[in-house]
Amino acid sequence: MGTTITLTDATFDEEVKGASEAVVVDFWAEWCGPCKLIAPVLDEIAAEQAGKVRIAKLNVDENPELARRFDVMSIPTLIVFKDGEAKKRLVGAKGKGQLLEELAEFL
Amino acid sequence: MPDPRNVIILGSGPAGLTAAIYSARANLAPLVLEGELSSTSDQPGGQLMLTTEVENFPGFVDGIQGPELMANFRAQAARFGTEFVQERATRVDMSSRPFKVWTGDPSAPEPSYTAHAVIVATGARSLMLDIEAERRLLGHGLSTCATCDGFFFRGHEIAVVGGGDSAIEEAIFLTKFADRVTIVHRRGELRASKIMQERAFKNDKITFLWHHTVDDLVGEKSLEGAVVRDVRTGETHVLPVTGLFVAIGHRPNSDLFTDLLDMDEAGYLKTVPGRSLTNVVGVFACGDVQDHTYRQAITAAGSGCMAAIDAERWLEAVGDAPETINETPTEW
Repeated sequence: MGTTITLTDATFDEEVKGASEAVVVDFWAEWCGPCKLIAPVLDEIAAEQAGKVRIAKLNVDENPELARRFDVMSIPTLIVFKDGEAKKRLVGAKGKGQLLEELAEFL
Repeated sequence: MPDPRNVIILGSGPAGLTAAIYSARANLAPLVLEGELSSTSDQPGGQLMLTTEVENFPGFVDGIQGPELMANFRAQAARFGTEFVQERATRVDMSSRPFKVWTGDPSAPEPSYTAHAVIVATGARSLMLDIEAERRLLGHGLSTCATCDGFFFRGHEIAVVGGGDSAIEEAIFLTKFADRVTIVHRRGELRASKIMQERAFKNDKITFLWHHTVDDLVGEKSLEGAVVRDVRTGETHVLPVTGLFVAIGHRPNSDLFTDLLDMDEAGYLKTVPGRSLTNVVGVFACGDVQDHTYRQAITAAGSGCMAAIDAERWLEAVGDAPETINETPTEW
């Protein structure tokens, strides 16, 4: 627990729908500069908020189906799932303070 | 009040990080306020974080990716003892020394940091269209970052607004994904450099819509088109595009220094010609926040070096330098 998990088209439903805590899915790619900048911030949040929220990384290059299914047209996009449903969407890189504020309702 | 540092550098693009490399090597243990994460050009690392290939930075024969270049700058500054915080200054007080800098709540009674010298390297940010639909559609077809979002427009028809180097670079990059890229430009010719113009004119996927501006955007949940206006006749029509990338120029990030530092009408900080000195003694400026002429990574880096050396000399002169200072040798 407390670590960041990696999702694929194949494991998405099981990991996200089966989770008891909120799951923040990070749609990212290798070629996206702002995505790389928020990665360590998300790792920190995963460690500090273990048990309340899981951070799940989804590479859009390797998993285009899911990007399409959730209409992701800009990365980084974070979608917060709770009880298997998408509850909140955050588009664009944000600092840790701002992210924690946006996630407060799930913590 | 926090203990004064030797030097605080505001900004972490080529100017700020070069100032950090020099002042760190001079044993000044600089603190860099890197800025906050965002998907606009106003972010740690600066404008190059949103570019791809940088072909004109000396020393990289085959070019280098913008974010990689900035990671190198940062690592080099860190190697000599630069301290970094991912925060943005929200208020500065330059009325007395040591200078005071706030991050977070600007009305907090105590400043977050104080310093004997301040180097301003806050850079410039991309202008947006400034229309209401922008908020609704940002991330849903409207983008500030071609390198982040181009991928999602595979097979789409899209547009780029602007006529400078960054607009043309984005348009060319986007042809890797999109079927057609229309460059919407308010003039009848491009401001971009000849080499970029030639590449654009040669590219079969790029078409031009001259003498037009974007007035509004169509689409509720995602972009369906851009309302474009012919600036000569005033007539409007809808350009059916599912993606729109805005590259219409830059504005210096100098709002923080209104009424504190001298600036020109466009907001660029004024410095003593050929130097980095501002009108406040002990405050130095470098990079795009003070340069409306060149605005290149290499000129920003060069001016960052100047600001660091000017700051070193000044700290020595007023007796605020630490005993361990190791000045950059120059003929003075």
